[in-house]
Amino acid sequence: MGAIPVEHGLILAGILFSLGLIGVLTRRNIVFVLMSLEVMLNACGLAFIVAGSRWEQADGQIMFVLILTLAAAEVAVGLGLIIQMYRRFQTVDINVLSELKG
Amino acid sequence: MLDLIWLLPTFPLLGFLILALAEGKLAKGPAGWIGAGSIGLSFVVAALVAVSFLQSGLESHTVPIWMWMSVAGFDPGINLYLDGLSLVMILVITGVGFLIHVYSTGYMADDPDFSRFFCYMNLFVFAMLLLVLGDNLLLLYLGWEGVGLCSYLLIGFWYDDPYNGYAARKAFVVTRVGDTAMAIGLFLLFAQLGTLNIQDMLHAAEAEWAVGSALPAITALLLLGGAVGKSAQLPLQTWLPDAMAGPTPISALIHAATMVTAGVYLIARTHTLFELAPNVQLLVAWVGLITLLMAGFTAMTQNDIKRILAYSTVSQIGYMFLGLGVGAWSGAIFHLMTHAFFKALLFLGAGAVILSLHHEQDIFRMGAKRKQLPVGFLCFLIGGLALTAFPYTSGYFSKDEILIAALEVEGQGLWLWLGGVIGAFFTGIYTFRLFFVVFFGESRGHHDAKEVKGLNIALPLFILMALSLFGGWIPVPLDAVFSHGAEHEEHHISAFMHGVMIALPLFGIAISYLFYGSGILSAEKLMSLPGSRALHRFWNSGWGMDRLYDFLFVNPFLYLARVNAKDIIDAFYDMLAALSRAGHLLIVRTQTGYLRWYVLSMAAGLVALISVGVLL
Repeated sequence: MGAIPVEHGLILAGILFSLGLIGVLTRRNIVFVLMSLEVMLNACGLAFIVAGSRWEQADGQIMFVLILTLAAAEVAVGLGLIIQMYRRFQTVDINVLSELKG
Repeated sequence: MLDLIWLLPTFPLLGFLILALAEGKLAKGPAGWIGAGSIGLSFVVAALVAVSFLQSGLESHTVPIWMWMSVAGFDPGINLYLDGLSLVMILVITGVGFLIHVYSTGYMADDPDFSRFFCYMNLFVFAMLLLVLGDNLLLLYLGWEGVGLCSYLLIGFWYDDPYNGYAARKAFVVTRVGDTAMAIGLFLLFAQLGTLNIQDMLHAAEAEWAVGSALPAITALLLLGGAVGKSAQLPLQTWLPDAMAGPTPISALIHAATMVTAGVYLIARTHTLFELAPNVQLLVAWVGLITLLMAGFTAMTQNDIKRILAYSTVSQIGYMFLGLGVGAWSGAIFHLMTHAFFKALLFLGAGAVILSLHHEQDIFRMGAKRKQLPVGFLCFLIGGLALTAFPYTSGYFSKDEILIAALEVEGQGLWLWLGGVIGAFFTGIYTFRLFFVVFFGESRGHHDAKEVKGLNIALPLFILMALSLFGGWIPVPLDAVFSHGAEHEEHHISAFMHGVMIALPLFGIAISYLFYGSGILSAEKLMSLPGSRALHRFWNSGWGMDRLYDFLFVNPFLYLARVNAKDIIDAFYDMLAALSRAGHLLIVRTQTGYLRWYVLSMAAGLVALISVGVLL
């Protein structure tokens, strides 16, 4: 199998992670924030896969499965919260939710 | 019979306790009976004790009551010590005190705090008796502070008026200055001689200290400090005129007859110490002389009937100090006794006048009151004559004794005598100025005044009149107390000197008559002379002593207090609080409520941590 250099995989994971982070930081719609979070999680998962294949260990894949379930649970809870938020505030703009301000 | 002395302070103490525990719920009748009766019983006991003491021929008698404390050789007991000196004192305190108590039942009859008044009065008599009967200086000091407390409570008796509270605080604080000196004197005496028992201490001092050495001088000075504070002498005399804020019977009992003479008693009691320090003893004489002259000047310019009497009290205590300073110990105590009679009479008479004129105290709003107030007139006539040492009244004998003794002092004797005689001249002026202005001339107000009626007011006045007139013939049993000092000798004085002593006060009376009785001379013309108004203001303010002390002590203190109003120590802790508050405000700004900022800070923190981990 033509080996993809491990650096390529990791750089891709880093780019994906950064894109996700930028999305979390800049997006105002909370649905997109949640999606950006998913991108970040999957970037992590990709990094694990690449590392697992580099050292030929199963641990990377196990971690990916774990992240996958975690992401699914997170989306379930997150979407539930979004629905609640929409019901209460009639908006999905997270800037409106700045009531924790000290 | 002598062992019954313990009853003497017990009755006033019981009276105080009953009145205090009743919390003012007693009716005025019983409260008056308890208040005055307890002192009456004390007086009966004092009289019985006096008779048996004089018959027994003892020099002194000690009645131990119980041990106060006993720590490592320091064992002051509560022992009552009776000798000629304390005998005179207890008779004056209970006798004059009883008359004033009886008078007060009439004077204070309309006061809502009637029983509180008697409660304090009884406590005062108790403390005063402890003061004069204590056989050690610690017990004396207990009584000393006790009378100071009662003085404070009674000056501020009408506490609704803030001025009265101010006067009470002033009296308390100023006397405290002297008391502190006295306390240091007691420490020094105990440290040096190992005992506070007065007689033991005096014997030890005589045996161990040389005449004119430093230690007796220092201790005598410290005791003198206490005495000038209590007796309102220079430089601590400023509190007494303000103390007139209290009810008039208080002025008679505490601030004329008894408490203010405690300093005289203290010096007479420890006279051996002063004999060991001749310079300090001479200082006592000069303090007395200067005080009596200054107070005489001030008394001539006052308009408030009670303040005139207050300055006259300061002046008369000055005579007692002069007597002590020139070694006329028994003369000073004799003057203390006669002064208690005629000054109590004058104050009680003033009280009757004030009460009759609806609490008017300005003598220039009285005038021509001799018909309306015959009893008050008689009081002031007799009291005034005794005060100015009119021949054969009580004041004549005692003042004579002091002045003649002053003349015999080597060196400065003539000056002391001359000052004393001039003081007597002033006494004549200010006493009869008061007398003529109040009772003669034309009526300047209160035309319809009626004299207060009541036997309980009139009877004490008449008894005091008799005592003021004839008190000079009462023999005082003081020879045994002071005998080891100067030998008692017959005084020889030229007829001319004696004539001057008698004539000058009469001359003073005549001047008063010319100015205020007949109107031949007028005070207004005198006032229009250049400079006399400023001089009048200066004397009227008591030689500016109050302003001087305000300038020297009160204002700097207030200034420091204001500067340090925010405590310097507190400022440090306040700074800590401000720092943490500033930190809090700084950090609180990071809590924006925007989710992305939290995410960013987490990411930034993570990056920072990882970089640190990688780099190190």
